Amino acid sequence: MSLLVKKLLGVGTAVAVLGVLIGLYIASWATSFPQSVAAVSSPVSAGTGGSQLTLETVAAIGPKYSPSHPDWVSYLVKSHGKWVRSTIYTVPANSIVHVTLYQYDGATGLRNPFLSQVQGTVGGTVTVDGKTVNAIDPEEASHTFVVPQLGVFVPLPGVPEEAKNQCEFAPCEGAAHRTIEFSFRTGKKGRYRWQCFVPCAAGWLNGNGGPMQTLGYMDGFIDVV
Amino acid sequence: MAAEPRPIGPEPNHARRFGAIWVIATLIATPLVVVLVGPILPPGNGSEQAAGHVTDNTVLLAMATPVLLLVLIYLIYASIYFRQPRGGALEGPPVRGNSRVQSTWIVVTSLLVLSLAIYGTVRLESDYGAGSGSGPNPLTVPSGPKLPVQVIAQQWAFTYRYPTYGGVETPHLVLPVNQMIELHVTSLDVIHSFWAYQLGVKADANPHVDNVAFVKPTKLQTFNIRCAELCGIWHGEMSDLGHVVSGPAFNTWIHQQVVAFAPATKVLPPYSTTYLPEPTRRGE
Repeated sequence: MSLLVKKLLGVGTAVAVLGVLIGLYIASWATSFPQSVAAVSSPVSAGTGGSQLTLETVAAIGPKYSPSHPDWVSYLVKSHGKWVRSTIYTVPANSIVHVTLYQYDGATGLRNPFLSQVQGTVGGTVTVDGKTVNAIDPEEASHTFVVPQLGVFVPLPGVPEEAKNQCEFAPCEGAAHRTIEFSFRTGKKGRYRWQCFVPCAAGWLNGNGGPMQTLGYMDGFIDVV
Repeated sequence: MAAEPRPIGPEPNHARRFGAIWVIATLIATPLVVVLVGPILPPGNGSEQAAGHVTDNTVLLAMATPVLLLVLIYLIYASIYFRQPRGGALEGPPVRGNSRVQSTWIVVTSLLVLSLAIYGTVRLESDYGAGSGSGPNPLTVPSGPKLPVQVIAQQWAFTYRYPTYGGVETPHLVLPVNQMIELHVTSLDVIHSFWAYQLGVKADANPHVDNVAFVKPTKLQTFNIRCAELCGIWHGEMSDLGHVVSGPAFNTWIHQQVVAFAPATKVLPPYSTTYLPEPTRRGE
């Protein structure tokens, strides 16, 4: 075998290996979409009907749920009794969705105080630790749950700084938290994006990079089916 | 075997013949284009500014039509009369240094471009920025009453503030018809661009900048709002519908907004042309 053929074979093999590695990387990236989690039907006995979403926000997702980004702020959703890192939720069309949200993160504050007012929920209010309110102090906001196309804007107050037993990273059961409950009506079928409007991504430009711009952390979709 | 050279007869006056064809085609096509295509050019007649854009696009099209015809007719003419004979291998003599053609080309194209630049500048300023953002100090400002509306962009939504109605902020853009609107476009984070397509408005939304644009909606309509500057993951979702309504309907709507968003208005900072958003604890 001549030297030229050996060189060609070597270069060809290297290019092929590189191509396969790039292909694997792209395939891995393209298939790392968060799984969709369906809201569960609310018990009729509760007299409310509709479906139930149980969510949680944490200051850091931790290595258990995100080995690649354990320090990213994130939402979690309860599915079959377990917390799952997903931000794609499936809910029924033309129905009421009841949301219970356990908020384990501290306050960051809203960039636009306008979003401190609750909008688009049933009654235009939310219940924070058992107390019904139609707005919160914008400085106390930790995150928001906003579905712009459905007109749903819900500010989520943070855990006070002086609270004991703060959660460092998920899972956060037993740690200091706020409990926020609200309901909203879905409309016609479709995919609606939702996002957090608090610049809560530590260390990123304007607090809006990283987890704020990656599905599976602080934004996702509501699939109305 | 090389082909025998074809006997060359007397050449017709190609320049005169081609020129005649081009002039006749231009005289027919240009009015047709203006009359038939002009009225359907974007962005429509949703505002004085949008109607001005349609006029400008029609003028550009009318000026481009003779140029397009010149190129097309020359291609067709040349492919018919200057084509190589089958089996032939003759080439015409090289043409070097025709100062008349060169001068004509330079003068005509310069006049065309310069006249368009002058036309564009005059139109831009005579129409108060023609719906585009003119910065914090526009060169020309329309006289008479104006309704100021602030457009606040942030990742990833627009909200709107009406300073003459207690500074109320709403997630909806509703404008009264036949009223000059003074838009103040700004951003709370990165660079966005406010684009109200049917109104012919496009203005960059930059943080710490008050970008002023004027628009006078002239018909009742629903118009598309989009962000026209790539601004992150939900840039493609940063869209909404705005509405132009009658004066009385606007008054009713704005007073409903004042009542509905009273809790938020209480905690808003005083109206300002730009904002330095706090907090940045996490984002520092």
